Amino acid sequence: MYSQGLIGADNKTEETQAFLDAFQKRIDAEEKIEPNDPMPLAYRNTLIRMIGQHAHSEIVGMLPEGNWITRAPTLRRKVALLAKVQDEGGHGLYLYSAAETLGVSREQMTEELLDGTAKYSSIFNYPTPTWADIGTIGWLVDGAAIMNQVPLCRCSYGPYARAMIRVCKEESFHQRQGYELVKTLCEGTAEQKAMAQDSLDRWWWPSLMMFGPSDTDSQHSDKSMQWKIKRFTNDELRQKFIDATVPQAELIGLTVPDKDLTWNPTKNRGKGGYDFGEINWDEFWRVVQGHGLMNKDRIAARKKAWDEGAWVREAAQAYAAKQQSSSVA
Amino acid sequence: MSTEPSMPLWEVFIRPRVGLHHKHVGSLHAADSTLALQAARDVYTRREEGDSIWVVASKNVHASDPGKAAENFDPAGDKIYRHPSFYDIPDDVGHM
Ligand SMILES: [Fe+2]
Ligand SMILES: [Fe+2]
Repeated sequence: MYSQGLIGADNKTEETQAFLDAFQKRIDAEEKIEPNDPMPLAYRNTLIRMIGQHAHSEIVGMLPEGNWITRAPTLRRKVALLAKVQDEGGHGLYLYSAAETLGVSREQMTEELLDGTAKYSSIFNYPTPTWADIGTIGWLVDGAAIMNQVPLCRCSYGPYARAMIRVCKEESFHQRQGYELVKTLCEGTAEQKAMAQDSLDRWWWPSLMMFGPSDTDSQHSDKSMQWKIKRFTNDELRQKFIDATVPQAELIGLTVPDKDLTWNPTKNRGKGGYDFGEINWDEFWRVVQGHGLMNKDRIAARKKAWDEGAWVREAAQAYAAKQQSSSVA
Repeated sequence: MSTEPSMPLWEVFIRPRVGLHHKHVGSLHAADSTLALQAARDVYTRREEGDSIWVVASKNVHASDPGKAAENFDPAGDKIYRHPSFYDIPDDVGHM
């Protein structure tokens, strides 16, 4: 989003205590940090990791849904799904651009995704075997993403915050089309309703895992909160998501697959909230470490797209170079 | 992959509608200005965000030094006589 020449302009800032204090003071005053401003290296690196992961998630997230575009049952569903998947591609681009303002190159990020060093949201390593999954993803996965992204619109790093504002504007239809799809199935035949319930059963817990490890185990939370990169902890966001989503499931006659789910009127400082069962963190870490059902497929698909697109990128660059040299001559 | 030359970066400006300024909305990579304009259309105007696009090669953007923000811009702060409210005129004169 800024001139390449300015990127990472301040790599040699010395991180004295006075410098760190002055930086924290700007953060505490809710001043936005912009690309050419001096910033602690750890702040820069945290953002590169976080925005990069976020960008990769948008791009890999196109795969499970893209898989269903040709099989959408009506034209209405097909245009919605096409538009949604196209939006996700755009989200990836806004985020890559934001990360690039911190001094990392697009090529480097692509390379890290393809060689497995960069992570993306584990949710996309689950398969989408039924049409109901397309609805459930919009409703739960985009729903959880929105929960995460709304506070990021106030992130202390300007380019990330601005990208998030744009993303959030576009995201709302993703969740609504998903919920509408699931609701339609619930109003259909017994078989269709069963398909919706089965899909919720499979996606509920992985959706809760999208908020990341519990606050007691999260290695990144404290510093990110102090720097106002994040505004809520993983557990706070997870609780908000559960409280918002359970009534939505009930409204269309679906059962959330958690026998420990109970309303607790004392939660959320007396406003009430749901107590819920234990999340299977072993499964979470297994998928993060690359052993989910779809990890290999997702990276293979990205690699194929990258490799098979190489000749297009090369041709475009060769043409541009030729045009330039003939206009100079 | 590392043998590939990197795609140039472009800054994208969109005009929401005729009569308004073009405003910076983001950036993208493209081989040349034609492809940059096409990509900008696909990425930044999917919901009628504008009726005109400018793309500028990022390398052609020159920016003021943020380290000199104070010396550049603070001097304007105490020149309140540049604003109409600095001047006393009788209320009776009406709108001026
Ligand atoms: Fe998205
Ligand atoms: Fe989305």
